[in-house]
Amino acid sequence: MVEDYGEIYPLQHDRQAECLHLSFWPGSLPLQQRWRNNGLSADFLGDYVTTFFPLDDADPATRRRQNEIRGAVGFIANELLENAMKFHDERSLQPITVDMNLQKQVILLRETNAAAAAEVERLRGFVKQLQTSDPGELYVQQLEENALSESTAGMGFLTMINDYDADLAWRFEALADSGFRVTTQVTIRI
Amino acid sequence: MTTNPVAMNIVSGEGYAVRLDHENDCVHLAGSLRLDGLSEYAPISSLLDQALHDRSELTLDLRELEFLNSSGIATLSKFVISARNHQDCALRIRGSNEIAWQGKSLNNLKRLMPALELTFD
Repeated sequence: MVEDYGEIYPLQHDRQAECLHLSFWPGSLPLQQRWRNNGLSADFLGDYVTTFFPLDDADPATRRRQNEIRGAVGFIANELLENAMKFHDERSLQPITVDMNLQKQVILLRETNAAAAAEVERLRGFVKQLQTSDPGELYVQQLEENALSESTAGMGFLTMINDYDADLAWRFEALADSGFRVTTQVTIRI
Repeated sequence: MTTNPVAMNIVSGEGYAVRLDHENDCVHLAGSLRLDGLSEYAPISSLLDQALHDRSELTLDLRELEFLNSSGIATLSKFVISARNHQDCALRIRGSNEIAWQGKSLNNLKRLMPALELTFD
């Protein structure tokens, strides 16, 4: 069974697109050691895309644009990797994968991991809430609620939408053994 | 992570440092903060709360804070809400125009605390 929230786009593999793919099995290393890799990988993805937005010393707007794209990709990739580490079901044989697809008008970042049914239920609840709320209001409401609790639920996704103007979509696929394969897709316009 | 248990003036770890400058009523945050959840941010939250206490004004200097993950944004927001509720201390945040995330995300803090003075160098 496949359940989609928003449209999941195909990754583009042709001369008009650049693609990077990472995949790993988190159980092979303790989480603490893995965590450091999130930052390294996210920074790498952010730096990598800057190649395609070259600087022109005569035009300061090019530096600003490069900075913004590096920042957006670095933040989003880091959040996707952190979520993958936190919510991946380590008993699953599925790997965590991250793809970055640089197309003509968008950068598409996609992360997949396996997750237990209870985790998917929570995420589904959040996604449904997102679909029926104003993301700006939900952001402030969530911050006020978080101030009274120990949770930071959804803050990464809400920051992507509000601060980076990103479009988000999710796919949940039931796995044969148990649990789900969860795909999170983040699209930013360039 | 290393902390100074006597004065708690510095919290630092790989790639970041948070320092309370008593003399100038300022907390400097520098580097990349990507800690795992609010529990790992707790020493930084304590330092910020301590800085707020018994002061009439406080500046958070973020001009060297290159990166902040969403748990860090939540930590900062929690602190701003607590400063808002603690009305005897005026809060000022200094950001940098050179660091892309700050121009985007710091403005949200004004929505939580309209009296917050936010400046970008």
